[in-house]
Amino acid sequence: MKFSLEWLKHFLDTDASLAEIAAALNRIGHEVEGIEDPADKLAGFRVAKVLTAEKHPDADKLQVLSVDTGDGEPLQVVCGAPNARSGMKGVLGLPGAVVPANGMELRKSAIRGVESNGMMCSVRELELGDEHDGIIELPEDAPVGESFADYSDASPVFDVAITPNRPDCMGVMGIARDLAAGGLGTFKPVEVPTIDGEGPCPVEIRTDDPEGCPAFYGRVIRGVDNTKPSPEWIQRGLKAAGQRPISALVDCTNYLMLACGRPAHVYDVAKLSGPVVARRAQDGETIGALNEKTYTLDDTMTVIADDAGVHDIGGIMGGEHSGATEGTTDVLLEIAYFDPERIGVTGRKLGLASDARTRFERGVDPTFLDDGLALLTDLIVQTCGGAPTEVARAGKPPVEPMVVPFDPALTSRLGGVDVAEDEQRRILTELDFKVGPDWQVTCPPRRHDIEGPADLVEEVVRIHGLDKVASVALPRADGVAQPTASPLQKLERKLRRAAAARGLNEAVTWSFLPTADAEHFADGAQLWVLDNPISEDMKAMRPSLIPGLLAAAKRNADRGAPGTRLFEIGRRYFRGKNGSSDEKPTLGVVLVGEKTPRGWAQGKASQFDAFDAKAEALALLEAAGAPVDNLMVMSEAGDQFHPGQSATLRLGPKNVLARFGALHPKTLKAFDVDGPVVAVEVFLDSIPAKKGGSGFARPTYTPPALQAITRDFAFLVPADLAAADLVRAVRGADKQAIVSARVFDVFAGQGVPEGKKSVAVEVVLQPGEKSFTDEEIKAISDKVIAAAAKQGAELRG
Amino acid sequence: MTDLANMRDTALARIDDTGDAAALEALRVEFLGKQGSISGLMKTLGKMTPEERQTEAPKIQSLRGDVADAIAAKKEQLEEAELEARLASEVLDLTLPAPATPKGSVHPVSQVMDELAEIFADLGFTVATGPEIEDDWHNFTALNMAETHPARAMHDTFYFPDVDTDGRRMLLRTHTSPVQIRSMAEQGAPIRIIAPGRVYRSDSDATHTPMFHQVEGLVIDKGIHLGHLKWTLETFLKAFFERDDIVLRLRPSYFPFTEPSVEVDVGWQDVNGRRVLGGDGDAPGHGWMELLGSGMVNRRVLEFAGVDPDVYSGFAWGLGVDRLAMLKYGMDDLRAFFDGDYRWAEHYGFSPFDQPTLSAGVGARA
Repeated sequence: MKFSLEWLKHFLDTDASLAEIAAALNRIGHEVEGIEDPADKLAGFRVAKVLTAEKHPDADKLQVLSVDTGDGEPLQVVCGAPNARSGMKGVLGLPGAVVPANGMELRKSAIRGVESNGMMCSVRELELGDEHDGIIELPEDAPVGESFADYSDASPVFDVAITPNRPDCMGVMGIARDLAAGGLGTFKPVEVPTIDGEGPCPVEIRTDDPEGCPAFYGRVIRGVDNTKPSPEWIQRGLKAAGQRPISALVDCTNYLMLACGRPAHVYDVAKLSGPVVARRAQDGETIGALNEKTYTLDDTMTVIADDAGVHDIGGIMGGEHSGATEGTTDVLLEIAYFDPERIGVTGRKLGLASDARTRFERGVDPTFLDDGLALLTDLIVQTCGGAPTEVARAGKPPVEPMVVPFDPALTSRLGGVDVAEDEQRRILTELDFKVGPDWQVTCPPRRHDIEGPADLVEEVVRIHGLDKVASVALPRADGVAQPTASPLQKLERKLRRAAAARGLNEAVTWSFLPTADAEHFADGAQLWVLDNPISEDMKAMRPSLIPGLLAAAKRNADRGAPGTRLFEIGRRYFRGKNGSSDEKPTLGVVLVGEKTPRGWAQGKASQFDAFDAKAEALALLEAAGAPVDNLMVMSEAGDQFHPGQSATLRLGPKNVLARFGALHPKTLKAFDVDGPVVAVEVFLDSIPAKKGGSGFARPTYTPPALQAITRDFAFLVPADLAAADLVRAVRGADKQAIVSARVFDVFAGQGVPEGKKSVAVEVVLQPGEKSFTDEEIKAISDKVIAAAAKQGAELRG
Repeated sequence: MTDLANMRDTALARIDDTGDAAALEALRVEFLGKQGSISGLMKTLGKMTPEERQTEAPKIQSLRGDVADAIAAKKEQLEEAELEARLASEVLDLTLPAPATPKGSVHPVSQVMDELAEIFADLGFTVATGPEIEDDWHNFTALNMAETHPARAMHDTFYFPDVDTDGRRMLLRTHTSPVQIRSMAEQGAPIRIIAPGRVYRSDSDATHTPMFHQVEGLVIDKGIHLGHLKWTLETFLKAFFERDDIVLRLRPSYFPFTEPSVEVDVGWQDVNGRRVLGGDGDAPGHGWMELLGSGMVNRRVLEFAGVDPDVYSGFAWGLGVDRLAMLKYGMDDLRAFFDGDYRWAEHYGFSPFDQPTLSAGVGARA
C-alpha cells in the first residue's frame, strides 16, 4: 500500500523524520518496500524570477535570461522555451542539480558562445507531468529563492507491504494508530462529522442474504454535481497512493477506502428501479462490471441488485450500468459488511481482484459503517454539493468484540523478552484493546487477526521491539553430536559423490514434463497430470528421470557439447495407496555422444555404448552397497530401450535394482536427440539394506596361504548362449576350488562353425592347505568341461 | 714365455675390438670354450711334471683369468651401450596430451543441502522428508489455512484434478511446511528436524521458477521461545557463511502457521558490486535483505499435529536453498539451476571430494 507522508500526518501528530518513520514501520511489522521522496529528486531546483529576456545573438530560438535566484547577483541562463519572458516566475535548476527526467547533471556551460548558469525547467523535466510545451510558470506570489521541493510541498510516499492479517492497516488511519503505539507520535483519529439528513432515504434497502451480507447501510444524496474533477488535495492523496483520479464521486469513495480502509460504493439513482437488495445471485445471472468485463454468477455469490438486475458483485466490484457518470445527479451510497470468507470464494471463482475485495476478504471494521457513511457523505457534499437524506439501515454487522483471557507472563514464555506488565497494558491500550484489571482483554472488532493469547504476545512484542529479544542458545545434548542422517540420505549422498567421481555432472531437472514425454515412459493412467500447469511443457509429473536428462543432454548437444554425461538423483511420481502419491527415489544417468574424443594415441572418437551404461549401473550399485556379484542380468528394460541392447539388473527374479542400455531409436526420435544415447536408472528403494549388524569390525583377514593358479578354457557354444550362463556353470563346477571365472575372449567367424561362437574363460583355482596335484587339476578341468557341456558348450580342440 | 704373452695381447686386443655380443660370445668360445685355445693350454698342465706345473700353472691361470675378466668387462660395456641405444630410440614427446578422464560435479543445491545437514546435525536436528505431491489438508488446513483463507490464494498452487480417499484435493506442495505436520504426527514432541526438498509455485520470471528448494526447520520442546529462534538462525547462518559478523534483523510479519511471526533480514555489504552477507545492514554501504520467514508455531498447528500446545511450544522457519546457494557461491541466475548445462556444472559444480564436514568448514572455497 502506498501513501504520502502528508496523508499520514492527518492521522499522526509527529516530528519524526522520514527515516525514523520508515524504521518504525519496519520495526512494528509493516515492511517498507520503498520510499519515494520527491524532495530528493528536486534538490538543487529553486523558485526563480526572470528579470530580463533577450534574444540570443547567434540562435533564433534561444533567449538569454537574467534570472534572480534570491541570493547574490542575477544569473545568466540560456533558455529555449517560447514562454520564457521577463517578469515570470519559474523553476531554475542550478549547476550540480540532476534533472529527474533524464538523470543529466546540470553544469555551467556555454550555449552557442553564451554562458549559461543553469536551466529553467519544464513540467516533464521535473517528472511532475507530461507537459513539455514550455517552462513551468509559477504564481506571482511564489517566493523567489525558496527550494522548489519546499515550495511545491511535495510529500514523500511510502510503499508498505501490509500483511494479510492486518486489513485494519489497509487505510492510512490504521497505520497511524500502529505507529503511535510504536512511539512515533500521537494518533489523531478521523473526526466524524454529524450529517443532518433531510427526510427518509427514498430508495428501499434490504438484505435478503444476512449470511453473505449481514449489514447494508445507505443513503441518497440528491443534486450532486459530478462534472468537475475532485479537489486537488483529494487528487494528491490518490495519486500518491498510485490511484488515478476518475470522477469526483468515485474519487471520494476511493479516498475513504485509502484513508480508513473502508470500501464503499456509489450508485446512480436514476439507473435503479425498485428496492436495492443484498441477495444471492441466481445461477447464470450476469453483470457487466466496472472493469468492462462481464461475469457470470452463481447462487453462492452475494450481489446487490434491484428489480432490473445485478448492480454490484457485493464487496468486489460495482456494475458499469449504475456507476456514477458525469451526468449523475442523485446517488445512493452503499456501506455494507460482507462475509469475508464468501468474498474470498466469490473472488477466486470469478478470478476477480479489486481493492475492495482485498479489504473485505480480510475483514473490514464492522463498527465503522455509520462513521464511514458519514465521512463519505461529508466528502461528497463538500466536493459535489447535494443534499443528503437520512440513513437507511438493513441488518446488523457482527460487532460483538472478542475477549481474550491473557496471562502477561506468556509474553516472556513465548516471546522470550520480559516486558513489564504496565508496559504491556500500555501497548495494548494504545492499539485500542481494552485491558481489564484481571487481564481480560477486549479486542477491537476491526482486529480480525486476534484469535488468542499468542496474538496478544505478538502485539506486545512487535511494539516493544523484536530487537529487544535476546538470543538464547538451544539446550544442547551432552557430548559429540549424534549422527542424524537417515539410511536413504546416506545412500543418496554416497551415490551422488560416487557418480560425480565417475565423471558425471549432477543435474537438477524439472519434476514435470510435457505429457507426451511422460507418456512415452509410463502408462498414462499412472501419471499425475496437473490441472493448472504453468505451460504444457510442465504438465505431467515425471515417471522416469531419463526424459528430463535427455532434454538437458539435447540442450547441451545444441550448444556444441561433443559428449554429455549427466546424472540426477530425485523422485519418480506414481499413484499410491488411497489416492496418495508413491514417490520413488531414483538415480538416473544419461550418456550421450562421444565417450572419448579423437586423439593422437587412440585415433577416432569413441561413442558410448550399452556396456558404458552397464559399467555405471554396476559401479553405482556397488557404491550403494548392493550385492553386485549376485545380480542377474535379465531383459525387460522397457520399451524406451533398444530391445537388443538393454537389460535389467535384478536381485532374484522379481526385484529390479536398475535398468540400463542403449535407448530405442524411437525414443531418440521422440526427443529429437541424435544417438547413440545410453541411459541408466537405479531404483534406490529396491536396493536391500546392507546385511549384518551395526558393528564396524570386518571379518578376520585370512589370505590364502598358497598361490592361486589359472587355467584357460576355450569353448564352442551356441551363438545365442548368454555368456553369463556359461560362466555361472563353470563357476559352479567346483565351488570350493574355483574362486572366479571370467570371459576374456569372444569370437565368431572364420574357424568357428555357423551358429556357434567361441568363448574363452579364465578360471582361477585356489588351493586350500596344500597345492593341487596334477590329478586334482585334471579332475577339476573335467568338471568344468562337463558343466559347460550342459550349456551346450564343447571344448575347442 | 713370449707365447703366452702374445696370446694374452692378441686375445685382449681382439676382445677389445669386438663390436657386438655375438662376436664376443664367439671369442669366449674360441678362448675359453671346451675346445678353446686357453682351455687347451689348461689341459696341457696335466701332462707336465710337478715342477713345470708349479711354474706354468699360475701363468696359464692368470691368462685365463685376464681373458675371462676382459670378456666380462666387454660384455657389460656392450650391454650398457645397447641399453643406451635402446633408450635413445624410445624417446616420447611428453608434451602430447595424456588420456583425458572426465571430471564430474555435484550440483550446488545438493552441496548446500549437505552443508545444512552437517550444521544442523551438530545442533541436534535430524532430517525429515515428506511427499511432494501433497493433499490440501497437510499443505494448508493443518497449517491454519482454512479453505477460504486468503493466504491460500497467495501461494500460487499447482493442483491436480484428483482427490484422495479422504476427499482431500491433491496438489504440489507449496512449501516444506507439511513435513512439520507429518513429523510431529509421527514422532510427537520434543522434536528437532530440518526438512529440505523440492517445492512448487505457479510462478515463473527472472527470479522465480515453478520449482525450487526449501529447507524447513522445526523445534518443539518445553520452554522454547523467540530467543531460541533468533539464536538458532544466527548460529546457523554464522556457521553456513563461516562469518562471525552476520547480523540479523527480525521484523514482525504474518504467516498463518506461526504466531508471533517473524521475517528475518540479514545485513549485507557491497563488495565490488556483489552483495556479501555480513555486517550491520544499517551501517553505511550496507543494507538488509529478506532471507527467511519464521515464527513460533501457532497452537492450532500443534493441535492439528497432535501436540499439546499447553505443554509444548516451538518455532519453525522456511528458507530457500537455491537462494542460499546463490548468496554463498555467487550464482546470479536461478533458472540456470535447472538447465543441466554442462558448462554451468563445470563452473559452479563441486568436486565429489568437497563433502562438507565441520572440521574442515562446511563450505567449499572457490
